[in-house]
Amino acid sequence: MIIARILGTVVSTQKDERLQGKKLLIVRPINVDGTDTTGYVVAVDTVGAGFHERVLVVAGSSARLAAGMKDAPVDAAIVGVIDAVDVTD
Amino acid sequence: MQLARVIGTVVATIKNESLAGRKLLIVQSLNKNLEEQGKPLVAIDAVGAGVGELVFWCRGKEASFPFKREDTPTDCTIVGIIDSESHVSCQ
Repeated sequence: MIIARILGTVVSTQKDERLQGKKLLIVRPINVDGTDTTGYVVAVDTVGAGFHERVLVVAGSSARLAAGMKDAPVDAAIVGVIDAVDVTD
Repeated sequence: MQLARVIGTVVATIKNESLAGRKLLIVQSLNKNLEEQGKPLVAIDAVGAGVGELVFWCRGKEASFPFKREDTPTDCTIVGIIDSESHVSCQ
């Protein structure tokens, strides 16, 4: 899983029926120290995350194993809202 | 699977319900000479690993196999603890 920060939202009316009702967010992967990296991913939110929060993102086929995502055509899902990251050097 | 060092922990109270109770650790992947390689990732712990330990982790869908396999959304799971650095040998 990667740590990411929520940058924005995506609105899509016409989409695969298994994505109906799912919230799509744009997230940017970040480093463990909180600094931004480059790039972005559109991820389905499964936890009710909000703008600018740090979240956990699962990528690949595991993303559809999240509760409520069965058989949905997704390759990135937000599965947690991060409270704290503690790195020991 | 990849070798890694556990370098930290992540706390997330709000999680997908299928991750409830799982321990989240930050792992830094290592090459065969145990030098850091790539960026740290967040892994679910399946074996009771702790910070500072040398471990190996599994990527992809197989990462969910130690748990309820059709039910655990993880792409990075610690599946073993390496006894010590001297137990990794590579010519």
